[in-house]
Amino acid sequence: MPITYTSKEQVEVYRFSAAAAILIPLIALFLQAFIPLRLHFFSIFDLPLLVVIFFAVARRSQVSGMLTGAVIGLLQDSLTHQPIGIYGIAKTVVGHGASSLGVKLDVENAGSRFLVTLFFYVVHEVVYFAVARGLVGLTLQWSWPHELGSALANAIVAVPLFALLDKFKQRA
Amino acid sequence: MESVLGRYRNLTILVGILFLQVLGLAVQVKRSSENESTRLIRIWAVNTITPFEKGIVWAQHSSSNLWHNYFYLRGVRQENRDLKQKIQQMEIERARLSEDANQARRLQALLGFKEQFIAQTVAAQVIGSSGSEQSRSVYIDKGSNAGLKSDMAVITGDGVVGKTLLVSRSVSQVLLIDDQTSGVGAILEKSRLQGILRGTPAGEIVLEKVMSDEPVQPGEKVLTSGGDRIFPKGLPVGTVTRVSPGSELFLNIRVKPAADLSRLEEVLVITQQEEEEPVASETEPLRAADILAERLPAVPAKPAADVSKQATGTPAATTGAKPAPGASISPQVTKPAEGNVPKVVNTAAPKPNTPATGTSQKAAAAPGKTSRNSANAAADNPPSTTPQSQPQPPASQAPPAQDTPH
Repeated sequence: MPITYTSKEQVEVYRFSAAAAILIPLIALFLQAFIPLRLHFFSIFDLPLLVVIFFAVARRSQVSGMLTGAVIGLLQDSLTHQPIGIYGIAKTVVGHGASSLGVKLDVENAGSRFLVTLFFYVVHEVVYFAVARGLVGLTLQWSWPHELGSALANAIVAVPLFALLDKFKQRA
Repeated sequence: MESVLGRYRNLTILVGILFLQVLGLAVQVKRSSENESTRLIRIWAVNTITPFEKGIVWAQHSSSNLWHNYFYLRGVRQENRDLKQKIQQMEIERARLSEDANQARRLQALLGFKEQFIAQTVAAQVIGSSGSEQSRSVYIDKGSNAGLKSDMAVITGDGVVGKTLLVSRSVSQVLLIDDQTSGVGAILEKSRLQGILRGTPAGEIVLEKVMSDEPVQPGEKVLTSGGDRIFPKGLPVGTVTRVSPGSELFLNIRVKPAADLSRLEEVLVITQQEEEEPVASETEPLRAADILAERLPAVPAKPAADVSKQATGTPAATTGAKPAPGASISPQVTKPAEGNVPKVVNTAAPKPNTPATGTSQKAAAAPGKTSRNSANAAADNPPSTTPQSQPQPPASQAPPAQDTPH
């Protein structure tokens, strides 16, 4: 079992049961599709992205992070009317980045989780906009205040959400 | 080579996954019918998510209905009284408006104009959304099983909502009018200027292609023009909120949607539209005074035999005759063929001069006006042999369609 050491400190690798690995992303997708109908402001959150970051950081495997990001992103794309792959690419990049970071740093405490989510939300949006505008030709408008506000909101939600999801972790 | 791939294994996998997705995107963008090429994966994803959404919406509505229909009935009597008063006022207003409508129909018939009618609608419940700010679309709980197809207009009682995109058996995706890829042919109510309504990336709605030298005022209503062949003409779309000079000699007109797109619960999908020349009404319009006279205190109930006599042509000198118990026939006031004495006509009797328009199956494209299909209409408006319990306006004055309360 691969154990990665960082700064002489042992970083634990976690795995998840098959049920958790399937149901948690599905529940995140379901909530993302359903809650905005009742609470319109909820669309600024990106629960599937938070799940991708959580799994990638906890598993600390880049391949696993990428695949998780790609699958969740493609499913999220399927619920929109836009070409499939925009969210897929963005979340693949985030999955790879978050798992790479998880290998090197301890991102288990609330502060680091907050910062990691803040950073990767912005990365996700940048990649999404780049693909949507550059490859697909969508006319999206970039607004820094909106993106930073959304990043902050997602980071705040991520801290308790990750603490909740910690209960599904199993030591590898 | 193998050692290089082994050393950069993760990077190679990343590039491979990204390349595959970019390739998939390129194929979708190149093909015009992108929905078809990715239809299967979308249907799988939608069918995975929507059953849960349907279940929650069903449970929510059931509990809400239980509370509102059986427990929380406070103020219902007062509300009923208020509504009855409102109905009376609206009846009078309707009589006035139907006179104008008849005149318009006569003129349209003379000029050979064609009218668009909403012939059939399907009520559906909104069960989910795309969950993305970049894709403003919702899912409804009706699909091809209910007769839905793509590119059908979706409306509420307040106004236009959007059009159907992806239609599977039991679920359909509806593209909202505030999405940036949507487009609705629109016309300004007063100035009659036409343009194209589009969503912006920020989720606002703008009316494009209106020349900057045209006078457009905030507050003016925006209606569908019917030019897009999806939305029937005359449906309310929204209200102009801001007008400013735009680029390339066009105005930048912001529109507030008539329907609350952020709180959609039930919608109507227009599954059938008809286009036909209006037929001018042959009978003279009912005056507001006639409606008032109809509401005067009625004479005592008459035997059923009297009513049948009247129906066979015996002149009746009174209005508001009450039907026999159980028959509950409502009187109607029409202009008699001879003389000036108003005649009480049994609504159950056949109406020889009922024009084609004004049947219960057609609805003029008016705000919130919907119609049922012929089967439903027949069920609600039984054949002429069945006495009707509710007052019915004369055939010539009947509204273009029966509103479908959804």
